[in-house]
Amino acid sequence: MADAIFIAAVSLAALSLLLAGIRLAKGPWAIDRTVALDAMTIMASSLIVAFALLSGRRIYVDVALVYGLVGFAGVVALARYLEGGL
Amino acid sequence: MKTLKARVLVFLTLWGVWLVLTAPWSVQEAAAGAVAAFLIAALPFFPSSPLEDLRLSPKALLYVVAYAFVFLKALVLSNLDVAFRVLHPKLPIAPGIVKVKTKLKTPLGRLLLANSITLTPGTITVETRGQDLYVHWIKVADADPVAATEAIVGDFEKYLEVICG
Amino acid sequence: MAAIIGASLSLVGSLFFLLSAIGLLRMPDAFNRMQAGTKATTLGSMLFLVGIGLMRPDFLGRALLLAGFIALTNPVSSNALARAAHGYRKRLGAKLAPDALAEDDEALAAAAVRDAAAGSQAPRVQEGRHVD
Repeated sequence: MADAIFIAAVSLAALSLLLAGIRLAKGPWAIDRTVALDAMTIMASSLIVAFALLSGRRIYVDVALVYGLVGFAGVVALARYLEGGL
Repeated sequence: MKTLKARVLVFLTLWGVWLVLTAPWSVQEAAAGAVAAFLIAALPFFPSSPLEDLRLSPKALLYVVAYAFVFLKALVLSNLDVAFRVLHPKLPIAPGIVKVKTKLKTPLGRLLLANSITLTPGTITVETRGQDLYVHWIKVADADPVAATEAIVGDFEKYLEVICG
Repeated sequence: MAAIIGASLSLVGSLFFLLSAIGLLRMPDAFNRMQAGTKATTLGSMLFLVGIGLMRPDFLGRALLLAGFIALTNPVSSNALARAAHGYRKRLGAKLAPDALAEDDEALAAAAVRDAAAGSQAPRVQEGRHVD
């Protein structure tokens, strides 16, 4: 029961990652893409934790932590670049 | 004295994160983490930290807990608000940027206020200049700074004033 | 039992993810996309991670750490993005009915021009910022 609900949750999260990816591809401006990338980073790091649960390997939770950190730094760097202040 | 407080807080934060990351604890790991956290907190060239502004009186700690609940409630409300606006077939939005004045003086207080505004219903902080915050409001109810201040920051400010002035 | 509650929390969290993705697709300009993209992903990831933590208690500490980290950093990155977007607001086609920031920018620029005309060395307020 719990497994079925969790699989549904992971599928929905993956679907929303895909939908946000449409915005990333469509743009139309760099800002819109970066906004989509910001949301996708959060979804992806949550999905990595879900993958850690499904595969039973704890090390992937650390991967998600580091990915969250790096993604945040990347989005802020992109935003500063677009602002012209990097 | 102020940096001493910041150093202690940095030590506790770093060691706390270390303890969470090494979850089934052993004495050796905990001790190694404590040494590393102490070395970082005792660096001679310690940059001035926003943590200096945190007040640690019992009343302030009580307000931190109350603030957490207010914040979570606002977060849930803002998500329901987003859900309503996104799923509504006509997209009921009338966005604009309004100016809001805060009474908070410390950088930490303003940072927390700006973050809280971003996560509350319909608002995103765009820019801060001194005590003025410029807020993107998805449906501008009132462009007048005084009324907008009351509507947007009123809830958080009274907690943050006690926590970090 | 805890597993079912955790899985249900994850499901609610992923519904908020879906909501933010729909918001990203439906909203008309970058600012409004940010509204959906930031708020819904923050609560969504918190619920998703806490749900996973309930299903596997040995993940709970790290999941809470990641959730707290996201709650702290997500508003910061969206704030940086909003500042960048405001520099491009005309090109983005963003409709901002009252725009207090643009008004104050114009007032500052006008004051700088006046000071320069008066011969004083006015400080440059808008260093390295796109205004188109």
